[in-house]
Amino acid sequence: MMTATAPRQAGSGNLLLLLLKLRTFIALIAVFAFFAFAAPNFLSAANFVIMSKHVALNAFLAIGMTFVIISGGIDLSVGSIVGLCGMVAGWLILYGIDLGLGWSVQFNTIEICLIVILVGVAVGAVNGLLITRLNVAPFIATLGTLYVARGAAMLSSDGRTFPNLNGNPEYGSDTFRLIGTGNLLGIPISIWLLICVGLMAAYIANRTPLGRHIYAVGGNERGAALSGVKVNRVKMFVYMFSGFCAALVGLIISSQLVAAHPATGETFELNAIAAAVLGGTSMSGGRGRILGTIVGAFVIGVLSDGLVMMGVSSFWQTVIKGLVIIAAVVIDQAQQRLQARVALQAQAATA
Amino acid sequence: MIGLQIRDGTKVYPGTIALKSVDFDLHMGAVNVLVGENGAGKSTMMKVIAGVEQLTEGQILLDGSPVTFHGTDDAARHGIGIVFQELNLFPNMTVAENIFIGREKLRGGIDIDAEAQRRETRALMRRLEQEIDPDTPVGELRVGQQQIVEIAKSLAQDARILILDEPTSALSAAEVEILFRVIADLKRNGVGIVYISHRLEELIRIGDHITVLRDGCITGTRSMEGVDVAWIVRHMIGEASKDFAKEIEHPFGEEVFRAEDVCLPRAGGGLAVDHVSLSLRAGEILGVYGLMGAGRSELLECIIGKHRHAKGRYFVNGQPLLARDVAARIARGIALIPEDRKNDGLVQILAIRENMSLSSLGDFTRLFHMDLAAERARVRDFVERLRIKIASTEHAVSSLSGGNQQKVVIGKALMTKPRVLLMDEPSRGIDIGAKAEVFRTMRRLAAEGLGIVFVTSDLDEVLSLSDRILVMSNGRITAEYPRAEATETGLISASATGHNHPREPAE
Repeated sequence: MMTATAPRQAGSGNLLLLLLKLRTFIALIAVFAFFAFAAPNFLSAANFVIMSKHVALNAFLAIGMTFVIISGGIDLSVGSIVGLCGMVAGWLILYGIDLGLGWSVQFNTIEICLIVILVGVAVGAVNGLLITRLNVAPFIATLGTLYVARGAAMLSSDGRTFPNLNGNPEYGSDTFRLIGTGNLLGIPISIWLLICVGLMAAYIANRTPLGRHIYAVGGNERGAALSGVKVNRVKMFVYMFSGFCAALVGLIISSQLVAAHPATGETFELNAIAAAVLGGTSMSGGRGRILGTIVGAFVIGVLSDGLVMMGVSSFWQTVIKGLVIIAAVVIDQAQQRLQARVALQAQAATA
Repeated sequence: MIGLQIRDGTKVYPGTIALKSVDFDLHMGAVNVLVGENGAGKSTMMKVIAGVEQLTEGQILLDGSPVTFHGTDDAARHGIGIVFQELNLFPNMTVAENIFIGREKLRGGIDIDAEAQRRETRALMRRLEQEIDPDTPVGELRVGQQQIVEIAKSLAQDARILILDEPTSALSAAEVEILFRVIADLKRNGVGIVYISHRLEELIRIGDHITVLRDGCITGTRSMEGVDVAWIVRHMIGEASKDFAKEIEHPFGEEVFRAEDVCLPRAGGGLAVDHVSLSLRAGEILGVYGLMGAGRSELLECIIGKHRHAKGRYFVNGQPLLARDVAARIARGIALIPEDRKNDGLVQILAIRENMSLSSLGDFTRLFHMDLAAERARVRDFVERLRIKIASTEHAVSSLSGGNQQKVVIGKALMTKPRVLLMDEPSRGIDIGAKAEVFRTMRRLAAEGLGIVFVTSDLDEVLSLSDRILVMSNGRITAEYPRAEATETGLISASATGHNHPREPAE
């Protein structure tokens, strides 16, 4: 009797487990199917391009955030880094760097991008140093840099917008607009960038020792350290990578809008966290997948764009987004319990 | 007068029987000493009395009438207090708050009467001869003082029966004297005390009645008159020694590891590891015996590089080991199997495969690209070699039993191709079968030329497994024996050196 029933139980458990594991994907398909019927023009190619551009912004931040959360931390500063980096890009295009005595250095697009990325990574490094060297809790450290970076962005222009970032062909910065608006093979540049960063992040997570170490640090920092994992280096990397992703978003937004506003990116960090959680990342660390996060970002993005197209009030959108996140976490808990039970059953069968 | 009795008490845990129909009498106004090796069932018996656990069979009689305790608070209402070995205090709260936690003195049922709590705490401290201010946060007290606070907590609940589980393991000699005075005072007031300790001389000094446990059975119980260390050891160990004996004799190689002058400062002053030096030859198993808090685990942690502020010189194969961080020391051929599997040894949330390869990922990596197929093959190879019973290497490591988890930790250490294996209580929390297998593995590894340092507080283990035995006490090495010359009495007395009877080493 036992031998007859045990495999069947395990089998149905495995099927349910598979469904639960794919839940973000299933949710995405469900959202898609719903809006395909409910919202006019939802399935048009033009709409897809617009939607994916929206989603990309959040997805970049969410990818960086996923690493941070897997390592057991949190990065609240990404939204502010977006704003700051946008302002840095705007400043460089409009003024270059003033050396005094009427001299200034101007930069071409590539150089501007590199400098802006450097700024983003540097803010991430500050986060990392605060957390690893000065033992500040990640929540507090990144909350601090959130304010500092936002304040710095405001100071850079006295709170005004840098308008008309068209660049100057003489300096080679006129191509800046292409980052946000250009296309390659009919697909926006920002989407290509997202594909590159996403693949790179997934590769790091799955196929490099660094990725394995990120999971280990988030799962058990003491155990990881005793196994020879350089915990501080791992933490530095995740915050710097998160800063890098935020800098990319800053560049893309300022290029898309052809302007830089210091308040850009407010509350972006919350959307990024939401996408990561929706994608199955555990806030207590050690668990999460890059692909899951990207799908999570798409669920949130498609949901809000689709609701707009249906004409649902933005207040209701916020409520619905919140409910979806809560539901995701509740299902995640169920999956964890089921997964543990299936593993225990299989183990009991061997013993 | 007998206050509490256990009659025919049996306690079954999944997989093991912790107590086998024991009969225990607790004498009031006396110190009832309880002794036995780790896992003999002492703590289980006390947990049953204190209401932490319930007996599977049998009953508890309090003043002659049967009782059942549904929790520690239930037991506390009947006047039973327990001070656990691992203290249950809130370091962020003051002494007075800790003593009255969960039963705060209230004005009008809402407002905490801090002044009354303080007053009572002060009275308790006077009784215990301690200069501890009721407003000090417990986290700022030394461990010894914290223990006093725990005792005060029990006294504040008017405990008639007080259980002390290894109360002196973290105390200095002076604090032990104070504790003994407190115990004598409690005894005079008719309190029945159960006193668990590994320090046999201490037991003989303070005890009135002694009960010895072995493998869940009571092997001897009598009044303390005429009891000596030899009597206790005989009942603790028994005639039939557990069989971990050495199967094959093999020659030792060259010196593979040497540590000189290792020192580690202890929080709150003094040295946790006090100028320890040791040398290890290839193929040798060096057993380090000592009681809890003797500095054994800390010594191993120093060697692996966990404590950055530790001092000492290390040599692997005669070459100085200068690197300070764990990764570099692992690369030089040192591997640690920590005592606390759950918190130090494994990342519970990760798969078995990911845990096993965590320390040796470099072996599968070219530049930055990891060869996952090679990793899987290697892990499968070690799973077979160590005979780990698992359904899949992809399951979370938390689904395994203690013994199999321990083997995963051993596998992780071995995958780094170590020359020196440091094992901290390798048999802790695993069942007899898994234990024997772990020991067989250790012997085989030694025969293959690995040098092993293993730490244990189990006499049997250290005597039957080691080629050479070091005894640590109070952070120092107090004795060294070749296997043939080691005796139980010798080890036990060396492990108590420098504690309650400070004496000069014989010149």
